[in-house]
Amino acid sequence: MAVAGPHRPGLTARAAGLAGCRTCGKVAPADVGVCPRCGSALAPRTPLSLQRVLAWLGVGLLCYLPANLLPMLRTRTFGRETDSTIVGGVIELLHHGAWDIALVVFVASVVIPISKFVVILYLVASIRHGTSLSVEARIRLYEIVEFIGRWSMIDVFVVAILTALVQLGFLASINPGTAAVFFALSVAFTMLSAQALDPRLIWDTAEPEAPRHA
Amino acid sequence: MTEAAELTACPTCDLLHRVVPVPEGGRLRCRRCRTVLMTNRRNAIDRTLAAAFGSVVLMVSALTLPFLELSVVGLHRKASLLDAALAFTSGLVIPLSVATALLIIVIPLVRACALGYTLLPLRLGRRPARGAAAAFRVASHLRPWAMAEVFLIGVVVALVKIGGMASVDLGPAFWAMAGLVVLVVYEGTALDEWSIWQSLDRTGRG
Repeated sequence: MAVAGPHRPGLTARAAGLAGCRTCGKVAPADVGVCPRCGSALAPRTPLSLQRVLAWLGVGLLCYLPANLLPMLRTRTFGRETDSTIVGGVIELLHHGAWDIALVVFVASVVIPISKFVVILYLVASIRHGTSLSVEARIRLYEIVEFIGRWSMIDVFVVAILTALVQLGFLASINPGTAAVFFALSVAFTMLSAQALDPRLIWDTAEPEAPRHA
Repeated sequence: MTEAAELTACPTCDLLHRVVPVPEGGRLRCRRCRTVLMTNRRNAIDRTLAAAFGSVVLMVSALTLPFLELSVVGLHRKASLLDAALAFTSGLVIPLSVATALLIIVIPLVRACALGYTLLPLRLGRRPARGAAAAFRVASHLRPWAMAEVFLIGVVVALVKIGGMASVDLGPAFWAMAGLVVLVVYEGTALDEWSIWQSLDRTGRG
């Protein structure tokens, strides 16, 4: 695989008094604020990156609790209404013998969100206080978290489709529960949290002489 | 040209690299963290335009054709894609309809249109359209929020959930969405952001 030629060995944009655009790759003076080529916000490091990561993660976590405690689906069959939570829906799928689909929902709605909370918190802690895990491994974690977050939205779409389709009057009807809103918000907030994390801060921890801050 | 114009910084580790021409089909990685920095994909503009145009056609088809039909003991219930997107109609969950419509219909359409708007003038050898850089930036930033493929998995899960109690017919809109997901993946392999930013830089903006 071809490797790009260095400008000067080991020189980062910030060390050169420049800022690299994370959207288009353009390099500009550190203080311009907006990328002259693509118009994205531009700074040597995302300002207040870790504070923003933690703020989004906090509201995401706050929404994740009601998302799991409140009903996600309200099913009414022959006039009898039963509520099911996210985990309740997974258990129901297991009872139907659809363990593969149950696994998909469980991973998307429980495993991915909870691992996201843990991994993002760990990455922030590793930037602030250091860690034994290599930079490459932490960047890999960051990339996985950023890529996978959107797949958590599956259960919200399941509720939308069931609600649109299962409206058979007295026989059966399905309606969304309040948890759907909280769950969608939780997914969106944790996606914003992952996006606020500037991976260059992780690489900074590999340079002992660089100031270690957010 | 200032010195800064000939450099690029790695988006992952911030290391500076000289901007060099990339051979067709090749890509250059950061020498420290191996992030792909510069690409030159074959027929990138043609293939991306084709994917964007196809996406719009399939999305319009998905919106106008029948999507799903539920049948149980002689009762029928049809749902269009729009019904599914706007299913949250009661009380606290109403705002969710706006969000789902954005994620599965509006944002994929906006992205496809923005890509077409940016790339068509480049394809025709003209100057970039007014605001092309802004449109291309929007297409890039919206990428994680276009969730057609996540929605399609949601459809499959919903069908399995219903499976036991009723039969569901898949309409042409379902297959249009499936085709759209294939195009989204194809676009991911075709879109050459590095080369397009370079061309927008060279040819100037209107």
